[in-house]
Amino acid sequence: MRATTMETLPLLSVDNLKTYFFQDEGTVKAVDGAGFDVFPGKTLGIVGESGCGKSVTTMSILRLIEKPGRIVAGRVVLRLANGKEVDLTSLHPDGEEIRSIRGAEIGLVFQEPMTSFSPVHTIGDQLTEAIRLHSKANKREAHALGIEALRNVGIPNPERRIDQYSFQMSGGLRQRAMIAVALSCNPRLLIADEPTTALDVTTQAQILDLMRDLQNKKGMAIMLITHNLGVIAEMADDVVVMYLGRVVEKGPVDAIFHNPKHPYTRALLDSIPNINAQTRVKLPTITGSIPHPYARPRGCPFYPRCPRFMPGTCDKEEPVLTSVGDRQEASCFLYQEGRDR
Amino acid sequence: MMNGISDTIAPNSSPSVLLDVKGLRKFFPIKKGFLQKTVGHVRAVDDVTFHINQGETLSLVGESGCGKTTTSRCILRAIDPSAGQAFFKAENGKTIDIASLPRRELTPLRRQMQMIFQDPFASLNPRMTLLDIVGEPLLIHGEKNAQKRADRVAELLRMVGLRPEFLRRYPHAFSGGQRQRIGIARALALNPRLVVADEPVSALDVSVQAQILNLLLELQEKLGLTYLFVAHDLSVVRHISERVAVMYVGRIVEMAPTADLFSLPRHPYTEALLSAVPKPDPRLRSERIILQGDVADPSNPPKGCYFNPRCKYATDVCREQTPIQEEIAPQHYVSCHRAKELSLIGVAK
Repeated sequence: MRATTMETLPLLSVDNLKTYFFQDEGTVKAVDGAGFDVFPGKTLGIVGESGCGKSVTTMSILRLIEKPGRIVAGRVVLRLANGKEVDLTSLHPDGEEIRSIRGAEIGLVFQEPMTSFSPVHTIGDQLTEAIRLHSKANKREAHALGIEALRNVGIPNPERRIDQYSFQMSGGLRQRAMIAVALSCNPRLLIADEPTTALDVTTQAQILDLMRDLQNKKGMAIMLITHNLGVIAEMADDVVVMYLGRVVEKGPVDAIFHNPKHPYTRALLDSIPNINAQTRVKLPTITGSIPHPYARPRGCPFYPRCPRFMPGTCDKEEPVLTSVGDRQEASCFLYQEGRDR
Repeated sequence: MMNGISDTIAPNSSPSVLLDVKGLRKFFPIKKGFLQKTVGHVRAVDDVTFHINQGETLSLVGESGCGKTTTSRCILRAIDPSAGQAFFKAENGKTIDIASLPRRELTPLRRQMQMIFQDPFASLNPRMTLLDIVGEPLLIHGEKNAQKRADRVAELLRMVGLRPEFLRRYPHAFSGGQRQRIGIARALALNPRLVVADEPVSALDVSVQAQILNLLLELQEKLGLTYLFVAHDLSVVRHISERVAVMYVGRIVEMAPTADLFSLPRHPYTEALLSAVPKPDPRLRSERIILQGDVADPSNPPKGCYFNPRCKYATDVCREQTPIQEEIAPQHYVSCHRAKELSLIGVAK
């Protein structure tokens, strides 16, 4: 996934990002050296289970980390439309510059459409607020743009809906409205954090379809964060697999699903019930559960659950991302140079 | 519905049937105004008929609001159904209609029907130790000897894959998967015959889901349990159940053995549901059936077949008449006017 193999330059490059939370009980290394690139017009899927740091990564990119959390290292480089590069980690989290990027350059769709809308403001208020903040449109123009934005995401009757409150809408409509808000300023990057997790399958299919459609029309990049491997397989061009704050594997979607290298990726793929599979047979499982963030294992974070654990190596040293195929990298001692086993 | 069957209200006498539900209805009144006048009803469960054999797993699937949880709660009498019967074959061989039983007479039956809940964080009292949580049903149903209770709890913990030493710990010390195991141990404490599992894995991480599904299958084999499994995730449902009932707006639209339902669905809604599930294989990206609009409002359902406004195969008859459930193939029930003529697409075997 290096820029050298792609003709275009990445829109967003995250490099060795570390976000720690300093608490009385200890330090939680929520994100511990994550790195990946997002390319224009492409979808990057970030997959991982709870506690893997996928949401903290997005919050770090948008500089929305609050105390006691802090970005302690790394760079998040956004390439602006004029070709200028900005390291988002160097900006003041409340400053003018980051606020002009949030919403305008990077749109965000949250998981819970019910709680992320204000219940005391109409959808229109919240939509036009974003539009007016990032453009010179006056009230009436913004209102018209808002109706247009709702129409673009397939909400029937946008003229009526714009004056409704979020609780008057169904889950699917609410998520569409959320996407409308996120896209109202034509961002070049859309970050969708579990955008369909709270939705039913049929509604999920509608929303995924909509996102793909809008991407084709607007050419924006999408960073899709989810724990659902089905959604990743359906949507992503490239995939990043995270475990306990680290990127354990990344590569093109086909390689990740058909030629996974890291034992965690493999185990994860094996353990999901497949709708095409035999019924009532035992699933292969990953033993144990995700360690508590305070009790993070030394060495490779996955070694206590790993079927290919090598004592003396995995529990002592830390593996680094190594090339294991065309644009595919895995962080595992099985593939580390000089350790061909 | 269930033409010709719901007329006869005698319980299914086949020896293997554990639970026989006939014409179950639950309407919630909508009250309005100062005098709280009833202005309408939410038809949460609307004439649902099915049975579960002993040792079998039947899944109820459908989107949120389709009435699958309400159905299961009516059967457990956590809420009282508005109409219908639920014949349960008790331990002593007698068949009892639990839907109409007075509350007091229900208590001895409760130990034979237990529930596993969705949220392992909300369903365990944080101020109780595992001993208290898992031992509480034993205490309520008459086991006064503390030592015997502790022994049984230890045995149950071992059975669900937890260490008996955990007895004195509190739920906060456990992960989501472990907590769900505690919930399962509690459900099994009284040797129930029927276990209702309402979305037991949907709150768990992917890697832990498989562990709990395997445990449920294992326990069923060992203890001869019968499961009523309520879920929205079709991959999970395919994995665990022998038969599946698909619900839409309070009604069962299709019910069939698992393999048949997935490979040869006969109801357009089932077809759309199967098509909507994202398959974990990027090479299977294909044209999916995208259902338009939203689920019908159960307080004001459309005329005719409830699914007709979203159905791409709908004709005039679908918009006028309510379809009748029929057995289109052995054990394969469907309520669709066009079930015989349509050839629908399922998922590969």
